[in-house]
Amino acid sequence: MDFADSPEEAAFRRRLRAWLAENNPGLPASSTSDAYWDGQASWHQALYDAGFFALSWPEEIGGQGLPSVYEAIVDEELAAAGAPPRPSLGYLVQGLLRHGGDDVKRRFLPGIVNGRDRWCQGFSEPDAGSDLASLRTRAERRGDEYVITGHKVWTSYSDSAAWCLVLARTDPEAPKHRGLSAFAVRMDQPGVEQRPLKMVNGITREFGEVVFDGAVARAADMIGEPGEGWRLAMTVVSHEREPGELGYVARYGKAVNELVARLRAEPERFSSENVRDVAWAVVEAEMLRLHVCRRLSDRLDGVSHGPEGSVDKLLMTWVEQAVGHAALGVSERTAGIEEDTWLKMYLYSRAQSVMGGTSQIQRNLVATRILGLPAS
Amino acid sequence: MDVRLSSEQQALRDAAARLADDLGPKSVAELGDGARAAKLDTALEATGWRELRTPADGNRPLASAVEAAIVAEELGRGLADTSFLGPTLAAELRRRASAPPATVPETVLLTPDLSRLAVAGGAGEPCSGTAIDVQGITSALALAEVAGGHELVTVPVYGTSPSRDLTRPAAEVSGPPAVRLPGTQTPLSAADIEGWTAFVVALTCADLVGTMRGAVELACSYAGVRQQYGTAIGSFQSVQHMLADAHVSVEGSRSVALHAAWAADTLPAGEALDAAAVAKAYCARAARAVCETAIQVHGGIGNTWECLAHVHLRRALLSTQLLGGVGAHLDRVAARREIGGVPGGLR
Ligand SMILES: Cc1cc2nc3c(=O)[nH]c(=O)nc-3n(C[C@H](O)[C@H](O)[C@H](O)COP(=O)(O)OP(=O)(O)OC[C@H]3O[C@@H](n4cnc5c(N)ncnc54)[C@H](O)[C@@H]3O)c2cc1C
Repeated sequence: MDFADSPEEAAFRRRLRAWLAENNPGLPASSTSDAYWDGQASWHQALYDAGFFALSWPEEIGGQGLPSVYEAIVDEELAAAGAPPRPSLGYLVQGLLRHGGDDVKRRFLPGIVNGRDRWCQGFSEPDAGSDLASLRTRAERRGDEYVITGHKVWTSYSDSAAWCLVLARTDPEAPKHRGLSAFAVRMDQPGVEQRPLKMVNGITREFGEVVFDGAVARAADMIGEPGEGWRLAMTVVSHEREPGELGYVARYGKAVNELVARLRAEPERFSSENVRDVAWAVVEAEMLRLHVCRRLSDRLDGVSHGPEGSVDKLLMTWVEQAVGHAALGVSERTAGIEEDTWLKMYLYSRAQSVMGGTSQIQRNLVATRILGLPAS
Repeated sequence: MDVRLSSEQQALRDAAARLADDLGPKSVAELGDGARAAKLDTALEATGWRELRTPADGNRPLASAVEAAIVAEELGRGLADTSFLGPTLAAELRRRASAPPATVPETVLLTPDLSRLAVAGGAGEPCSGTAIDVQGITSALALAEVAGGHELVTVPVYGTSPSRDLTRPAAEVSGPPAVRLPGTQTPLSAADIEGWTAFVVALTCADLVGTMRGAVELACSYAGVRQQYGTAIGSFQSVQHMLADAHVSVEGSRSVALHAAWAADTLPAGEALDAAAVAKAYCARAARAVCETAIQVHGGIGNTWECLAHVHLRRALLSTQLLGGVGAHLDRVAARREIGGVPGGLR
């Protein structure tokens, strides 16, 4: 039982730290500024090219096949350097790795991993959110293609994506969970229309809605077998609930460091309530860092994740919202003298208990799958 | 980094869990069963776990703080009503002062608010405070001022006084002269006491994690059997969500508590105390909410003396108070980051 680095890990950490000292692009957070997206692709590629991204993924797809504890080191160092977090796309990679055939993996995964191709995830619909399996987007076979018709919403990064992982109904006769299949669909084609949505904090590049009206996907671009869509979606969302997969330890570590620095720079401006709130945010963020160390260590046994992802999603949500509340307090004391980034950070934090399955859905899962309480 | 428990640590955890399950109180009525409690005490004594922090080779402890925390957690989960924390804290203090091991069952003497060690003006001077976790204990260690820091002194402990925790009684000590330890010892510096505090706070976190785990188990089993409206109350979503939050709080608490225990033996005193402060703020806040949930899930029965839920809550309240709770530790976290709080610790 050891939280300390092994000699190899320490050497890796030193190399990363040295690289970050020279290569921090100093981007604003994606949650508070649309300007993040102007530099996101080059940040992803730079991190990858320098050998600090895709550490634990298989070598065949451009990863390094290292134990996933290395990801924890990356997150710690990114936060310490105030650098942007690593791109959060592990859940897509895991979904394609687990369900895609060899051909799909070979064609798509290297581009996702090395940052050449941007993807988004088209699962939710206006009438199918928590109850995702009731989705109505249809994919109909026509020769060696599928024609896709439907409406996706809350699709993160839809405006910068070249591809969308679409969940659609291929068998309307089958029970609702069984009739779904997943496709890689090109975004730049006539049958696809993407409209950005403005979030409560005013940013416009977080998510959008996507209308498919006769869009075409090649049959060869189906991910998994016909009818495997629900299982793929569950793989994707369960990884989307893992802070270790998302790299969110870096995100919160950085935000907390910024809050601490702000208070320290001008103590007389802030109240004892600000101090308590920021201290609590420090505690929450530190909890998540250590919790992720525990989870990633468990993976050394090859323990695969199950319903524990819901536990981690709730923990991560509590962290984000504690950081948000600390930021709200700071925003009140700094209003009018600096940009409203703190307020934006707070407002954005409300989404964490909705995205990736709401907190209520996570609690349902914890209660029934982990605590063994009877289904309601 | 690899924070999995070793196979020896897992075996220790299983052994401690068995001991607590076999001989710990399974009902409030059993708390009054002296024969059972005596068996638990004898069984714990036989394991040698109270000596985990006595020196082995050189001045290193027999077992790491992680092992001590593993035992503390399981004893907390099983509401073990025998002394473990007190003797362990006393042994740790003696080890840090390079003093010979205790010859009689010993705990530590704290200030009445339980926030720090009691301090006498010197050997022979009167010494007062509260001895904690005194089941079967006859003596308590306190500090006395000497040139270059503090030395260890003892006071006798008699009887018990009311404690909020029904599983770990305390005893008031008022004014006997402090007795210098026989043999030699090295004066304890401020850093020594900081390091000791980090260890103690980490152990209180482990106890909190255990106590709240036990409370969640208790509440979940009740939710599975208690029927209302013709169905188990555990099928109601609001009950499920309270218990889900409780479980999640336990998991977060385990992660910080484990790190604090590791840090206590590994990091310099200041960093170890910071890890402990983070853990204590988190675990103490979680534990109160989790134990309150356990009471709520039991409904009316949860508000009666006969229900074990309040025994979990009370144990958590004492572990919280020991060496400071949420506010005191948030202050420590803030002070270390130079954003306020109280430098050097508690007000
Ligand atoms: C920032 C952000 C990014 C997102 N990114 C994506 C993306 O990239 N791709 C994608 O496909 N989707 C995305 N989503 C959508 C997200 O997954 C859904 O919003 C979410 O699953 C909830 O669905 P809904 O919005 O329809 O709410 P609803 O399901 O209508 O829920 C409304 C309220 O009812 C509660 N509720 C619903 N069902 C239950 C139940 N069974 N028990 C208890 N309470 C219940 C919910 O908890 C919630 O409070 C994103 C959302 C946000 C906010």
